[in-house]
Amino acid sequence: MNDFTPYSALAGGMLIGLSAASLLFLIGRVAGISGILATVLTEKPNTSSWQIYFLMGLVISPLLTNLASILPPDVRLNQPLPIIVISGLLVGYGSRLGSGCTSGHAVCGLARLSKRSIAATVTFMLVAFITVFVANNGMGI
Amino acid sequence: MLKNLAVLGSGVLFGLGLIISQMVNPKKVIGFLDITGNWDPSLAFVMLGALVILGVTQHFILKKPKPLLAAQFHQSTKKDIDTRLIVGASLFGLGWGLAGYCPGPALVSIAYGQLEAGLFCLAMFAGMWFFSWLHASK
Repeated sequence: MNDFTPYSALAGGMLIGLSAASLLFLIGRVAGISGILATVLTEKPNTSSWQIYFLMGLVISPLLTNLASILPPDVRLNQPLPIIVISGLLVGYGSRLGSGCTSGHAVCGLARLSKRSIAATVTFMLVAFITVFVANNGMGI
Repeated sequence: MLKNLAVLGSGVLFGLGLIISQMVNPKKVIGFLDITGNWDPSLAFVMLGALVILGVTQHFILKKPKPLLAAQFHQSTKKDIDTRLIVGASLFGLGWGLAGYCPGPALVSIAYGQLEAGLFCLAMFAGMWFFSWLHASK
């Protein structure tokens, strides 16, 4: 199941870094997905809000890889539906309370060596490691 | 219009990065988080690639007086590591570890037409709405 794919991971990561750099270069904004999404969901954005266009680009990107016949990765999630709902709620609420998610803290924040982002990244990585350990060894989820 | 199209392009790049790196594959994410099991370190390379490119380019970008299409740079000015940050990151880590989805990959996955991804996104939206409702009512 776990095939190691360092080259595609590195290439994809570089594209993510390039995207964040382009957003900073173009409009001076941080590419934190949870913050961008929360602005669109909760702050009555209008048609001139840049956040809407960034999210549109994100959502249409799979259509482009399909056109280019790049095979989509396996994106199936095999968890029970209640677990999916609970994890969605936690990710949504937790990313707001903690002012960021994987992109905002673990990429943009770490790149500028923000102490808050280092603390947040270490925290959510540790908790996620423990969660997967417990799920695989203790609960049979 | 030019600004919006350029930002759309940035969004597309981000999505392509998530797809090519397989961050959109929850099994790949869980494989990375499973450090005591059959560990797949691939996603560490995603972070490495992103950090190197952003770290080097932003060094030059932030030396400019302002961004190309906007008046100023917006960066977080918060400095304190407080309870909110740690509790929020913990809840986020719990949710991330349970399903293998974080916000970007979840949004990209909607286009693959998976019921589970749609459900995860709706729950994630609800979590964000709940946060904003809770903090607006105080």
